[in-house]
Amino acid sequence: MANYKMHVLVCGGTGCLSSGSGQLADNLKEVLKEKGLENEVQVLKTGCFGFCEKGPIVKILPDNTFYVEVKPEDARIIVDEHLIKGRKIESLLYKVPETKEIISDSKHMDFYKKQMRIALRNCGFVDPENIEEYIGREGYQALGKSITELSSQDVINIIKESGLRGRGGGGFPTGLKWEFTYKNKADQKYVVCNADEGDPGAFMDRSLLEGDPHSIVEAMAICGYAIGASKGLVYIRAEYPLAIERLQKAIDDAREFGLLGDNILNSDFSFDIEIKFGAGAFVCGEETALIQSMQDNRGEPTTKPPFPAESGYWGKPTNVNNVETFANIPAIINKGASWFKSIGTEKSSGTKVFALAGKVNNVGLVEVPMGTTLREVIFDIGGGIKDGKKFKAVQTGGPSGGCLTVNDLDTPIDFDTLLAKGSMMGSGGMIVMDEDDCMVAVSKFYLEFTVEESCGKCTPCRIGTKRLHEILEKITAGKGTSEDLDLLKSLSTVIKDTALCGLGQTAPNPILSTIEKFWDEYTAHVIDKKCPSGQCTSLLQYVVNPEKCIGCTACARVCPVNCISGKVKEVHFIDQSKCIKCGACQAACKFSAIDKK
Amino acid sequence: MSKIKSLEELKNLRAKLQEKVDIREKGDKIEELIQVRIAMATCGIAAGAKQTMEDFITKMNEEGIKNVVVTQTGCMGYCHSEPTVEITLPNKEPVVYGNVNKSKVDEIVTKYIKNGELVDGIIPVAYETI
Repeated sequence: MANYKMHVLVCGGTGCLSSGSGQLADNLKEVLKEKGLENEVQVLKTGCFGFCEKGPIVKILPDNTFYVEVKPEDARIIVDEHLIKGRKIESLLYKVPETKEIISDSKHMDFYKKQMRIALRNCGFVDPENIEEYIGREGYQALGKSITELSSQDVINIIKESGLRGRGGGGFPTGLKWEFTYKNKADQKYVVCNADEGDPGAFMDRSLLEGDPHSIVEAMAICGYAIGASKGLVYIRAEYPLAIERLQKAIDDAREFGLLGDNILNSDFSFDIEIKFGAGAFVCGEETALIQSMQDNRGEPTTKPPFPAESGYWGKPTNVNNVETFANIPAIINKGASWFKSIGTEKSSGTKVFALAGKVNNVGLVEVPMGTTLREVIFDIGGGIKDGKKFKAVQTGGPSGGCLTVNDLDTPIDFDTLLAKGSMMGSGGMIVMDEDDCMVAVSKFYLEFTVEESCGKCTPCRIGTKRLHEILEKITAGKGTSEDLDLLKSLSTVIKDTALCGLGQTAPNPILSTIEKFWDEYTAHVIDKKCPSGQCTSLLQYVVNPEKCIGCTACARVCPVNCISGKVKEVHFIDQSKCIKCGACQAACKFSAIDKK
Repeated sequence: MSKIKSLEELKNLRAKLQEKVDIREKGDKIEELIQVRIAMATCGIAAGAKQTMEDFITKMNEEGIKNVVVTQTGCMGYCHSEPTVEITLPNKEPVVYGNVNKSKVDEIVTKYIKNGELVDGIIPVAYETI
């Protein structure tokens, strides 16, 4: 065994590194060597601790002391006072801003209680292909309890009281949906799990199915018991082969163990699950289009009412829920409705899983109680913006959502608050943007997506989104006019009011949201013909700086369209009308004499 | 495996699994068992986790370490540092390492698993789980 008696963990995350943690680690090693302690105390660099606002972070083991804002010069005092004399250095301990209370152990810090994994409770702890590991962690207890000790109405009441709302984006109270389906009488009912996850950049459902497929199997069976269905279907997008494989294994193993199939646990409740594959259409994430697709029809939405709870798959009462909604069910049955209600906000109980992506340091899957602010997710858990750039906006809710700015960062996240700010929580996609992202280009990207994915059934969406996209292409090519901006706004409103389904109704959201919050960028594109963030290449100009150009002709020689003129030792000139904005000239110039404006 | 026929049976199975009675019955000394869990979701696999798993198994064979269980697991949430691996030495808290490539595997096996000596690259746990 090693003879290290103590360990000094220095955060090597990007944020702390840029504040000198690398130098700090080196200094610590040097001082320890000086004192002859290099074989007793080990200095280690770790990944990001997450508390980047207070970096550089140092954690001492085994006493778990947590130091914040440690400077490279503090290395000596840490070794002398703490490591040798055993005295904690008060000035380096974390002080809670409001109460000035000093907290020396990270386990007691609010920051580390920010994430709470309920839906993801087993992800990373069990082998998803091993049913026994799931059973060892309370698996199938909730199903057992439901079918042996509770009635259907009991189960429904628990889910209603918990306040669980649909995690696919709609936020409809799950217990209520189950009750509607329960109350509709029919000879056959269906439980459907929506695993289509079409939002670009979203991977919450994929991770759940890959990491803990049994929780979905168990939840669907519980739902079947509650509403009176004996058949379940999972509609999963074909682009998730690993999730499909693991889910199928989970279903097969559950059958083998008697937890699916006829007479589960010797009761008269029978339930089985079948997997249906999507074929690449975003619109099939909409429940009525999904049902059409499962019936081997083209995925086109149908009018609601009738809602699927009344008439869904093959005209029978059907309960459609999202993967994450289901993942919460076993935990709620096991731990109780009031436990779940105690987490989150008054109108949105529980937690939400977010797929944090974009220009943050710690991209990944985070699960936080509702009510956590955007700032906490992006800067605390996410570790702040990459490469030290400035935060510009965060896009939530995928192609149906909008952008939130610096002014919205302290908004507590839940179903209703983000809607009020012009976006929506959606299914949990959260894409962070920095100063180099062009907001007009962002809405163009989302429109490109919705134009491609529109099923074509209704005119407002089929033709309307296409026209919106064309206008955005005009603007980003530098050919937009102010009339175009007016048209964007009015057309967006019309489409929102008249489209048949959620895809069309929410397609204009990115435009409306960015036009409202980033009006300056739109006018810059249209009136000044400039892209402030430098992303729209058509609006960029490469210009020779006459004060730096020495006439070496390097740029002219590499220009693929020969648009650079000038004699040797004379300032060169780029003809903008011929320039194709390839940037080869700037790359070739050794005197930084070519600017991109 | 025969079908579970009652809630009672399910509860008993859970209790057995929690105590890892099966492993005891097989004679392995559970007190000395080392657990290596490798995040094997799409992000991990894309970053090379399958190779990481093979490298672990190979290296541990080379070093003659036998009381070890290597399994796959789902996404631990540290997508920014894949491949990620969680190592639980007997009677110790689990430790998660990130960016585990072949040379890191060698380092972890020879220093941490064999000698209990921590190495660079620990990912601090950022969440509570119920």
